[in-house]
Amino acid sequence: MSSGAATYDLGNLHGGLRLDDEKAASTAVAVQVLPIPQQLILPIQQHVGEPAHPIVGIGEHVLKGQLIAEADGSLSAPVHASSSGKVLAIEPWPVSRRRGDSAPCIVIECDGEDQAIVPVDAPAPFNTLTPDALRQQILAGGIVGLGGAVFPTGQKLMQAATMPLEHLILNGVECEPYISCDDLLMREQAAEVLGGAQILMHALNVTGCFVVIESDKPEAIAAIGEAMAMLDDARITLKQIPTIYPSGGEDQLVQLVTNREVPSGGLPTDVGCVVHNVGTAAAIYRWICDGEPLISRITTVSGPGVATPMNVVARIGTTVGDIIASAGGYTDQAVQLIIGGPMCGKSVTTDDVPLVKATNCILVLNQTRPIGAEQPCIRCGECATVCPIQLLPQQLFWHASADNEDKLRAHGLTDCIECGCCDLVCPSHIPLTASFRNAKARIQELADEKARAERARIRFESRNERIENEKRQREAELAEQKQSALSAGSAAIADILERQKRKHDDQEGDE
Amino acid sequence: MEFERREAPFLAPTTDVAAIMRHVLYALVPAGIAYVWYFGAGFVFNLIVAGVFCILGEAVMLRLRGRPVEVTLIDFSALVTAALLAFAMPALTPWWVTATAALFGIVVAKHLYGGLGYNLFNPAMVGYVVVLIAFPLHMNLWIAPRMGDLDYQMLTIAETAVFTLTGSFPDSLSFDAISRATPLDIVKSGLNNMRTFDELRVYPMMGNFGGRGWEWIGNFTVMGGAWLLLRKIIRWQIPFGVLTGLLIPSSIMYFLVPSISPSPGFHLFSGGTILCAFFIATDPVSAATSDKGRLIYGIGIGLLIFAIREWGSYADGVAFAVLLMNMAVPTIDYLTKPHIVGHPTKKRKSGQ
Repeated sequence: MSSGAATYDLGNLHGGLRLDDEKAASTAVAVQVLPIPQQLILPIQQHVGEPAHPIVGIGEHVLKGQLIAEADGSLSAPVHASSSGKVLAIEPWPVSRRRGDSAPCIVIECDGEDQAIVPVDAPAPFNTLTPDALRQQILAGGIVGLGGAVFPTGQKLMQAATMPLEHLILNGVECEPYISCDDLLMREQAAEVLGGAQILMHALNVTGCFVVIESDKPEAIAAIGEAMAMLDDARITLKQIPTIYPSGGEDQLVQLVTNREVPSGGLPTDVGCVVHNVGTAAAIYRWICDGEPLISRITTVSGPGVATPMNVVARIGTTVGDIIASAGGYTDQAVQLIIGGPMCGKSVTTDDVPLVKATNCILVLNQTRPIGAEQPCIRCGECATVCPIQLLPQQLFWHASADNEDKLRAHGLTDCIECGCCDLVCPSHIPLTASFRNAKARIQELADEKARAERARIRFESRNERIENEKRQREAELAEQKQSALSAGSAAIADILERQKRKHDDQEGDE
Repeated sequence: MEFERREAPFLAPTTDVAAIMRHVLYALVPAGIAYVWYFGAGFVFNLIVAGVFCILGEAVMLRLRGRPVEVTLIDFSALVTAALLAFAMPALTPWWVTATAALFGIVVAKHLYGGLGYNLFNPAMVGYVVVLIAFPLHMNLWIAPRMGDLDYQMLTIAETAVFTLTGSFPDSLSFDAISRATPLDIVKSGLNNMRTFDELRVYPMMGNFGGRGWEWIGNFTVMGGAWLLLRKIIRWQIPFGVLTGLLIPSSIMYFLVPSISPSPGFHLFSGGTILCAFFIATDPVSAATSDKGRLIYGIGIGLLIFAIREWGSYADGVAFAVLLMNMAVPTIDYLTKPHIVGHPTKKRKSGQ
């Protein structure tokens, strides 16, 4: 199988959409390496979990690859300098994130030297490390999931290693329109992707790896196939899947490849699988074998609002404005700037936001969906037909409008992957996905509030208990004193009274 | 550079309500032409009367409910109701009968239940049933279809217009001269009078298998329905359900007691079966929503049509069958919630 025969032996994915892929423009040219920008903006949180803790001071000179913020807490990832230069500031800066518009960033003024930090010791071959040491090592490289979820890879591996695993699945599906960075990565760096797969298999102790690619990427499939023939590793299998959105979602991919459903609220490891993006695998390879932490990535710059759509290798921290300028700048059709793809991305109001580890695409669209033009639901059920989770979006929307948390839970709101398929097919133009996102946030807020109230209650009760205890203790002491006084007899009482009188006199004397 | 803030997904929706409704109207054109060919210009007058009163009712109700009138009016849903009513009405119907059906359907069945999307019952069928009960004489006045060789006497367009406006015939004609029992009526009364189906089917009115005229209107309706299926405006579950729900019991009865049972083909192509399967039962608002639910909903309608035709006092049962199943929709939806991916199934609960 190492020759990379394409297979279609697949499980079922419900619904989904065949979208125009819009990838031709950005895949027409090879990946362009961007020059070092004048300034780098490095958010200290580019991952799921706790923000990293800055360990450099303002004015300090840093080198390329130098650790500038270390992982803080049980779920976190470090940040490294993407080039050499001087730390200008650590301050809030506009970023693209789920909540809020700005976040603390380390601002570095590049000196253009691009001087790299000299590693303490040359990287050891990965197979000489124990899986556990390898996982720790991956964590130190600041590697996070590059498919968009940016879960710290080291911690994902540590969690996965506690479960019985069968398959490592490398996700090269890239099903969202416009995005082609993984496609180009596989075309140009197939050997690194597969090298990463071997490291991951060692770190996870698994013996089988599927590299999964959508059928609309023949060049990537050929490149991976060739690299597999060179590598001759019988553990790695290439799997081709039909082009349908959102087959690249983690749980959807597991379902397609293994025909197993990832349990609600669970992880792919619950069904013996662990999924990593091909970009993550390549980043791991570069870190473990070449000693280069995650300081750059390939990103797609595309859309009708960009003069020359292309894929670029950019340093993490380069502003989106700089990247678009390198891609020929905006066209006069630029209306909307989106970080990520057209289905799951996030729109931003300014191109000052930096490229972060998660940024797989910078999309400039020429139109905006009208707001408020929605009509009543006609119960056509198209949304349910396309939902990959088999939810009933029209029912969810109804309950979301009524803010009925119990019903929302019963109808699987938390299972919604926000793929946006239902929005696209809704003839009434109801913003379903946005309403589900808001409903989730609201439920989360309520839960947070409840947790806060619970903590306050516990604190209050423990305070009451403490006061009660102290009171009881005082009473007990008093009783004991009384008891001992009684047992000591009248002489002792006189003695005590005398002592108290003296004390009293002393106090008066002091005044 | 400043950009606008929007929520994902950013791609434009692929369709809209007005486009769906327009498709339904286009799909009814062939059947409408066939209807006019066989039963004359009355259909066009009914369509105009129903259209005017549906839009009027919709506009007034939208205004009274404080909703944007223009935006909603152009969704064409009122016109679809009007078109379905025009098909359900006898070709010769005085305007006030059609108007009553249109207004009752739009005002009561649609807007008093909350407007488009909230109506429990199919507005066209509610309107039809109201006039069926309120104007039994007019609703049973069916003229003979164009038959060429027979005692066929078609009213001129002018005579049809006069009847539509005044409800009276030209001097030379009477009710009896032009009215004919529909094939369904022939079968109903014939079987009640101890005739066999084989005896009845030789009547010229009975056509080849579904009734003269009716079978061809049915064919053109199927064409429109097939186009809607191809364009994915409707899904296969409801039409398939209605047709099999009617075919299975009628085939069994035809096989067991052929002498007193109309053939399955007759059931399919007479009356409103085909129109119901592709255009009436498929109204998404009043139908079940899940795939399985829609199959059940369709089968239920088919079975009820059969039951009403077989044992009821009305010759056809489409409207009643649809309304009865509309009533069952909330229950069907509740019982056919699809399995959410990743949630435990009953099988898995007990099996593992």
